[in-house]
Amino acid sequence: MRPFSQLLDALVYTRSRNGKLALIAAYLRAAPDPDRGWALAALTGNLDLKAVKSSAIGEMIRARVDPVLYEMSRDYVGDLAETVALLWPPPPGEPPDLDDGTLTLATVVDRLHATSRAAAPDALAQMMDQLDASGRFALLKLATGGLRVGISARLAKTGFAQAFGLDVDDVEQVWHALSPPYTALFDWAEGRAARPDPAGTPFFRPFMLAHPLEADSVDLADYAAEWKWDGIRIQIVGTGSETRLYSRAGDDISASFPEIAAAFTGHAVLDGELLVRGEFQGGEAAASFNALQQRLGRKLVSARMQTDYPAFVRLYDLLLEGDEDLRALPWAQRRARLEAYMPHLDATRFDLSAIIDAADFDALADIRAGARDAAIEGVMLKRRDSPYVAGRKAALWYKWKRDPLTADCVMMYAQRGHGKRSSFYSDYTFGCWTADGELHPVGKAYSGFTDEELKWLDRFVRQNTVARFGPVREVEKTLVLEVAFDSIHDSKRHKSGLAMRFPRIARIRRDKPSAEADTVEGLRKLVR
Amino acid sequence: MAHWIEPHPTGIYVRPADAWIDPSVPRDRALVTHGHADHARGGHGHVWATRETLAIMALRYGTASGTPVGYGEEIALGGVTIRYVPAGHVLGSAQIVLTHAGERVVVTGDYKRRPDPTCLPFEPVPCDILVTEATFGLPVFRHPDTGSEIDRLIAALHANPDRSVLVGAYALGKAQRVICELRARGHNDPIYLHGAMERMCNLYVELGVEMGDLRPATGVAAKDMRGAIIVAPPSALNDRWSRRLPDPITAMASGWMRVRQRARQKNVELPLILSDHADWDELTDTIREVAPTETWITHGREEALLHWCMTHQIRARALALVGRDDEEEEG
Repeated sequence: MRPFSQLLDALVYTRSRNGKLALIAAYLRAAPDPDRGWALAALTGNLDLKAVKSSAIGEMIRARVDPVLYEMSRDYVGDLAETVALLWPPPPGEPPDLDDGTLTLATVVDRLHATSRAAAPDALAQMMDQLDASGRFALLKLATGGLRVGISARLAKTGFAQAFGLDVDDVEQVWHALSPPYTALFDWAEGRAARPDPAGTPFFRPFMLAHPLEADSVDLADYAAEWKWDGIRIQIVGTGSETRLYSRAGDDISASFPEIAAAFTGHAVLDGELLVRGEFQGGEAAASFNALQQRLGRKLVSARMQTDYPAFVRLYDLLLEGDEDLRALPWAQRRARLEAYMPHLDATRFDLSAIIDAADFDALADIRAGARDAAIEGVMLKRRDSPYVAGRKAALWYKWKRDPLTADCVMMYAQRGHGKRSSFYSDYTFGCWTADGELHPVGKAYSGFTDEELKWLDRFVRQNTVARFGPVREVEKTLVLEVAFDSIHDSKRHKSGLAMRFPRIARIRRDKPSAEADTVEGLRKLVR
Repeated sequence: MAHWIEPHPTGIYVRPADAWIDPSVPRDRALVTHGHADHARGGHGHVWATRETLAIMALRYGTASGTPVGYGEEIALGGVTIRYVPAGHVLGSAQIVLTHAGERVVVTGDYKRRPDPTCLPFEPVPCDILVTEATFGLPVFRHPDTGSEIDRLIAALHANPDRSVLVGAYALGKAQRVICELRARGHNDPIYLHGAMERMCNLYVELGVEMGDLRPATGVAAKDMRGAIIVAPPSALNDRWSRRLPDPITAMASGWMRVRQRARQKNVELPLILSDHADWDELTDTIREVAPTETWITHGREEALLHWCMTHQIRARALALVGRDDEEEEG
């Protein structure tokens, strides 16, 4: 376990991408099978263990350490796994932080796989006793599912490619044909076996992404315009006998949207936006992202959910038709193929994202400014001759988001952040005035400010605290924050009955008296 | 109990002696435990401290009028018998033991229980009232073995012969301790110093602490510092100053490094858990050992230690002194 836990520690502390790649590559070259395969699965988010709940870990530590001291420690450290890893008392008669090296990563994974949910805490405790603080941290992160060491699946795969002198896109192609601990992958990488054949499996192809539009305009003779829909990007991969749905990160989300997977029986790869049909739009148009959120992150979906929030896909692109790979073709040709493909699809589950017809860029700007559909996030601009390539390639696709809305709000509460910000009061709850002159919370934001502004805000919170509720501080209602947000919705979460989508701090308005901040009534007018 | 000794936000007042312990504002008569700025301020009328602490204060604040008090020596001030006992924190650091009206009060100042080659070890003194620090007063703070942390530093140095290791360490105490520990592990190469370290290191040498070959980093070509250790104050780690060094690996020697995200906040690549303060086990073991009737907690994470005392049937109170616990630099 120690090589793996030390890799995780080093990854936490290493800033540069190249440094992280070098660490991952060195580990993957040195570690034995199947440990390194499990490590690769963990780093790429493909280690599917019966996750132990945080609450179970909380109970384990409360049984071993004074619960009050545990709560204080957790409030200070911020992260549950780290708190427990540091607090875990050594077994009686043993010195603390002893890792005798007998527990390998593969053993840990096997035991976590084999244990029942009820027996998991005991199995976990037994392993905790055999590890040092870093090992305990790594174990808890594995057991709770989610390493969060600032590594994307792509970076881990790049590290793997670098370790064995392979091309990362080549690794990506075979990746989804394999499963942990990836013995076939390492056998291929080290020349012991042939390249695994992904054919016949519905594997993921990396998405093509867009840069934000920074130029003042583009020539519509070169670029086609299309709405940017506010759902989640989805890839539909069908082999004729099996269909899988992949999210942008390459996660298989077929189980969350079974009606979509069931509606596609073709042999093709499609790129589109997953949306939910909204009752407010008469059941025809797409609902806001808010409605889609009801469906996200669910492992099992009830029939009721499927009826209340019916999902459909608005298609952008056709990557493969049958075995023919269209990705090298210009966008205009792929678009024509997609339009021709539409009649094969179930019209209740699939429609076509329309091309915006604009005479020139100024006309497009007017159309964009006039768009009031809640499901529109902005405009996409795609070069008519662009091939479909992985990732963000300069000057091929642009996203031109709608300008955010803003409101002047008053800071009410602050909480310390997590991770890197665990010593900073960096999460702010802010409110607007009611007709009765009360402040009601309308949202919470923890981004948008610079590091310098964060230091200033942290100091403001510490110096203007009027009350403390555990980790939360209530502050003097004197500071106006200009908050930018993409949209605002009805919500039961806040007393004001409103909730913002993607709120962030646009500016600190030290100049503005708090009495002049916006009203809840004023904000309500922005609900669409 | 002990109404002759009064905690105030600006320090502890010893009424019969008309003297303040570690006052944070200038006072006529001050008893100072050690040279760190949150305990030893400038501008006092008269200071009683160890010879080493007076020398450190003179270096920092210019000449001050002071009476050196040797370890173990007894002095009497207004009916209070006062004795300075090693605290094991930094060179010259002392606990102040006060006896009056049949009661004994021990003010630990900052202290630790682990061996430190730059100062005398902490001596536990049984007492009625223990006035203790609580910088690392949370059970997540359990400092590892010093030798293994120094070994990690040396290993990083050897693994990167073309780079350098820049160690952030508090200029008084931690820096010299890191250097001495490195020497004790057989690292005899020249160690380079940030300008802010030089005077204090020279003073340590004058006071008899051997640190081997120390050189100023200023004016040395980057290529000549490849494979070397450079010691600088924590504030210089991410400062423009460090750009002169050959591709430095940023290390920091501090008890705070035990918490991952703390280390990350400081942009540290090689966190070394090396503290001059007692960790949780040392704090609680010391309270058990000196067995006071009452414990006063001066600064740090006092809530947790207070709770621990309560659950162990020890009377305790938090004093909330101002200006202590300079988290950023010390530890």
